[in-house]
Amino acid sequence: MAHFDPNAKPFSNKWLNERLAVDTLKRVLSTEYWIPKNINFLWAMGMVLAVTFGLLLVSGIFLLMYYLPDTKQAFDSVNYTIMQEVGYGWLWRHIHGVAASVVFLIIYIHMFTGIYYGSYKRGRELIWISGMLLFVSFSAEAFSGYMLPWGQMSYWAGMVITNLFSLGSLELNGLVEWIRGDYVPGQAFLGRFFMLHVLLMPLIIIALIVLHFGTLRLPHVNNQDGEEIDFEAEAEKWKAGNRKEAKVIPFNPVFLSKDVFVMGVYFVIFFYLVFYNFEFAMDPVNFDPADPLKTPPHIYPEWYFLWSYEILRPFGKDAGLMWFGFAQVIFFLLPFLDRSPYVAPANRRRPFRCWFWILLIDMVALTILGKLPPEGIFTTLGTIFAYLFIALWFALPFITKMEKLVGGKK
Amino acid sequence: MKELKILLVVLAFVGITYYGVEPYAHSVMHKHVEGHDFKYPDLKAAPKGNAEAGKAKVAACAGCHGIEKAGMKAPMDAMASVAAYGVNPPDLSNAGAIYDTKFLVDLMQNPTHATKTKKLAMPPSASSAQDAADIAAYLKSIAPKEVTPKEAYEAACGRCHAMRYAKWTQIGEEPKTKMNIKTGKNPDLMKFNLKVAEYQDHLAKYMGKLPPDLSIIIRARSEDYLKTFVEDPQSQLPGTAMPRVGLTKEGYEKVEAYLEQIGDSSKPKREAIGPWVIGYFVLFTLLAFGWYKSQWKGLKD
Amino acid sequence: MSNRRDFMGMALGAFTGLGALGALYAAKRTWDPLPSVKSAGFTTVDVSSAEENVLYTEMWRGKPVFVIKVAKNSTPKDGSKNAYEDKRLITIGGDKFFVAIGLCTHLGCIPSYFPEDHRFICACHGGQFDAAGEVLKAPPPSPLVIPPFKVDGKKIVLGEEGPEYKKMKAAGLVA
Repeated sequence: MAHFDPNAKPFSNKWLNERLAVDTLKRVLSTEYWIPKNINFLWAMGMVLAVTFGLLLVSGIFLLMYYLPDTKQAFDSVNYTIMQEVGYGWLWRHIHGVAASVVFLIIYIHMFTGIYYGSYKRGRELIWISGMLLFVSFSAEAFSGYMLPWGQMSYWAGMVITNLFSLGSLELNGLVEWIRGDYVPGQAFLGRFFMLHVLLMPLIIIALIVLHFGTLRLPHVNNQDGEEIDFEAEAEKWKAGNRKEAKVIPFNPVFLSKDVFVMGVYFVIFFYLVFYNFEFAMDPVNFDPADPLKTPPHIYPEWYFLWSYEILRPFGKDAGLMWFGFAQVIFFLLPFLDRSPYVAPANRRRPFRCWFWILLIDMVALTILGKLPPEGIFTTLGTIFAYLFIALWFALPFITKMEKLVGGKK
Repeated sequence: MKELKILLVVLAFVGITYYGVEPYAHSVMHKHVEGHDFKYPDLKAAPKGNAEAGKAKVAACAGCHGIEKAGMKAPMDAMASVAAYGVNPPDLSNAGAIYDTKFLVDLMQNPTHATKTKKLAMPPSASSAQDAADIAAYLKSIAPKEVTPKEAYEAACGRCHAMRYAKWTQIGEEPKTKMNIKTGKNPDLMKFNLKVAEYQDHLAKYMGKLPPDLSIIIRARSEDYLKTFVEDPQSQLPGTAMPRVGLTKEGYEKVEAYLEQIGDSSKPKREAIGPWVIGYFVLFTLLAFGWYKSQWKGLKD
Repeated sequence: MSNRRDFMGMALGAFTGLGALGALYAAKRTWDPLPSVKSAGFTTVDVSSAEENVLYTEMWRGKPVFVIKVAKNSTPKDGSKNAYEDKRLITIGGDKFFVAIGLCTHLGCIPSYFPEDHRFICACHGGQFDAAGEVLKAPPPSPLVIPPFKVDGKKIVLGEEGPEYKKMKAAGLVA
């Protein structure tokens, strides 16, 4: 039964506590939200992602004021109105384009940090799965966003990716046309991807972020040694003033101070890219207006999709699609394919350590090859690395079953 | 120390990926084309021209070209010219300021050779290199010392390439018109646009397709590509219908400046504000580092 | 110790606030009217062929503007004063013109002109103005607004503050 003191001053701490439990919220979400002390800067990637998403939202809001989702006006609304007429319009567009690309770099670093430290097992399976759902949602958000400027790359990427849904020999052309709302990407296509990009996907992403935080709550954040920490006991040590002995730190202000420092470094690099080196994110090909009668000599997806695009290439139509689908889904299964009970950094798990570095090198190789034209040595290498990717995932259950833990604390 | 090692590993993987996906892949997709800095080494040196002699000989050009500076009006207006030839022959008032002399001399004697095209509306018009050199010298004498970037673009490119962001069409700048508020329509603008459409129709037939609008070409192609393409279109797009236009290096730089003025007008502002924003975050990081160190003091051995 | 932590935290917080102000400034400028909108704020009206006591409607900044070449006798039937004598009229090329924004000063409807009676009647709530825009009948609280203008021979440029406009404004006649 809530108790309300008639003498409490309105909007005072006591008054707010009676109505909103502000002190409890502060404790639970901030000053007594316990994070392990044994972490490194990679642990800041989550906050970096949240802040980058915030940048995308804010810059997106200003772009949305002037963007026109009409195939005849979209290109000029972006490249003339926003880039050249609107006060600081160019700044929002550059921020939005660069952030959309950099967010995937941070996602991959965040993902591979999780894989390296085993942060997907022993109670953390749903953190991993909700994170992978976020990856898929961000991919859909990025793809839908890329359609909007209606440049050559927008149009032809739209054409190629929606063609995938014909599902090879199944020839589901009706499905492809239904997705597009027309025979080819046109006004209907632009309209629905605008809706997805501006409303539906952001709502889904926000809901998934809340879920991701929720799944983190009980298992708590992992630490560099994979040590299972008794958070309640360690929290008591901290609260008793035993800050050096305690294995945990409060989120606010201790963990946050490290987060903010890492963010500062990130922003220096980020804004350097925004002002001086943005072509990796704003490809020149998309500065040609969409032309349904002319395919650009080189079409390629954005860099973060290249590795899975490359897996599609070495195989025939149906096999390619199958392995492409495999690549999208297989990461979800990581917690269940890893048969070892140990939560430890990869350098202490043999042979998982090899598996990790080979996978990382393989994905970098697939990414680079995905950009290169499918000729000569590039095709050969692409085939090798694609098969290697598949083999790695099939091997995972076997190599983790016979895993040996070495060194360090258990 | 450990964190530094981790950072270096992350940077190494990011760096390798960036290198492979950007500079390396782009160099494979677009093989480097060596330009000649607008020296036109394939063209013969021109004899020294006499402007006085050229003044008399330039009458040979008046059959198609106007020269406003010399009081010579074009024999046909843009619409009649494009219907007859497929393109509107340029006014030659500024030609002496932006085109290479060797090129002009070769162009007048052998238009398809100079422009590296298979067919051209302009026929051979000078019977000797000396005649051509004299006319070129005359054109140079009447041309202004400096042309503005806009004038350079309009003279060298504007009869084929529109620029909607500058309200430039192949028949000139879009005029200021008023809408009839009783009908909600603007007949003067509609008439102008109809003329543009007819012009483009003839031009597309003559060229094989409509030369693209160049409003944002400065961001759609690299600096290197544009330079080598304008110097010699065949070197980047073999078989293209675009003629070599014979700009001098300075002439091209003026055109490039105009392309940037219209297509990337926020560049000066971007480069002015960049250092401030990055500087702000450097300071931010220093302050954040101070806070971080103060928070973590005494927490670890 | 805690004081140093608090100080660093506050210093960082203040510096962040500074950055936020910068971002807010950029956001404010993004909201500003575009240059193409502001430059379209001028309309030139050529009155050389205007007939007497005929309402012409022009558009300026999206709003209707009434232009009437006022007749020498513009007295309404009920005997109110002759609008031709009104100081609010503008002389262009020897003739007197009434030029005002065609929106009733009550709630913004467009009044209709009845030339036989030299008066405007607003259908929304019955307000009335004479041929110089002065209020004849409530509810409009004030005369029809005269926009900034500049006389240029037989033309009038709306949107530019010419000397005649400035004089009228100083005398309190424009609104």
